[in-house]
Amino acid sequence: MCLAIPGKIVEIDKKKQSATVDYGSGTKRKANVSLVDIKIGDYVLVHAGFAIQILDKKEAQETLALFREMLSLQEDV
Amino acid sequence: MFSLRDKHLADDIVSQIKKAEVKLKFMHVCGTHQDTLVKHGLDVLLQKCGIEIGQGPGCPVCVTTPKEIEEILVLAKEGKTIATFGDMIRVPGATSSLQQIKTEGCDVRTVYSIEDAVLLAEMHREKEVVFMAVGFETTAPTTASVLLRGPPLNFSVFCCHRLIPPALQAILDMGEIKIDGFIEPGHVSTIIGVRPYEFISNNYHIPQVITGFEPIDLLMGAWMLVRQIQQAKAEVENEYTRAVKTQGNKKAQQIMKQVFEPVDIKWRGFPTIPQSGLILRKKYDHYDARKKYEEELEELSEKEFAEPVGCLCGDVLRGLISSKECPLFGRQCTPDKPVGPCMVSSEGNCNIQYRYLKK
Repeated sequence: MCLAIPGKIVEIDKKKQSATVDYGSGTKRKANVSLVDIKIGDYVLVHAGFAIQILDKKEAQETLALFREMLSLQEDV
Repeated sequence: MFSLRDKHLADDIVSQIKKAEVKLKFMHVCGTHQDTLVKHGLDVLLQKCGIEIGQGPGCPVCVTTPKEIEEILVLAKEGKTIATFGDMIRVPGATSSLQQIKTEGCDVRTVYSIEDAVLLAEMHREKEVVFMAVGFETTAPTTASVLLRGPPLNFSVFCCHRLIPPALQAILDMGEIKIDGFIEPGHVSTIIGVRPYEFISNNYHIPQVITGFEPIDLLMGAWMLVRQIQQAKAEVENEYTRAVKTQGNKKAQQIMKQVFEPVDIKWRGFPTIPQSGLILRKKYDHYDARKKYEEELEELSEKEFAEPVGCLCGDVLRGLISSKECPLFGRQCTPDKPVGPCMVSSEGNCNIQYRYLKK
């Protein structure tokens, strides 16, 4: 139910509060973007046809490194 | 970029949890978490490390009450067009299900989004379209956003939205099971942020970690809970930082506040949980199916409906038993012929267990 899929905003139709989201592998779908302030190139989480949050690309890229660091810190305790 | 897979890191996390030599019970409240746990065998892996993780009332379709289902059935039989998410259609009520009455000629539509239901109302002005709105904080803003836009007046919402934090409190107040930590639902948290969980840690001294949905996320979530327990801490930590901001999605919160107000509501398997449901504010009465069709629903107003005979979904939702402990599981109750909602919904504990392990 709370399943949400990440995708990239490739086109915005401001009047209709709608955007085209590219989910990769050629899958593109329209999503309602009334709950987020987006720009082209943003990655969003889409749930039940609505973008519910913008994903933080930098955080995502650094997540695994951060986890490794947390683990190594704990190892030293 | 958003799919985190790293076997070595997973091994490291598991070996550190093992080293901690704990015996703990964690609860999560999300069908998607349960799916990841069972699909990747993480529940079994963590069990070997002394950690049991069970699913609480984290399936919106499952916690919808038999009475709400009977009410929507009445509206369907009165000739309204009912639109809702696929899983909801198959959940048996006390007398029938939306799927069943569809075969008897009622107009029941499966939709992927509330937008599809509005489109249906726009294209068929002669129909009274009722959208059965189920879902937690992740879904409620989508309903609110559509109502703010002013859909046609032949569209209305039968609101069954519910809120997660009051349900967590109810589980703790009932005191039926010991919980050492909560894995909090990542996508609910994208909307509400970190703060709404804080009272749980402050008042009940329970550690919590907002967690994402990749296998690494869940292992990390469990590890962070173990770390808090070892350090005698009880805080709300955010493991899912790539999607969850501390303040959540303020725009969505604002939209929800404009349209909904909280209300005491029953959950399947639970008594009434204070301020755990959402109803439409008075300003939106003309879109509120309960107000619009008050007369049709009147006959049910004093009635109570029991759970299906032998069904232990209530106990599953309160985390008291695992699916496999229900005598009906995999015998009288299967995804093809479900007795209770937890076997119907793809987010339901029984359905997930059956799908990955029983076949």
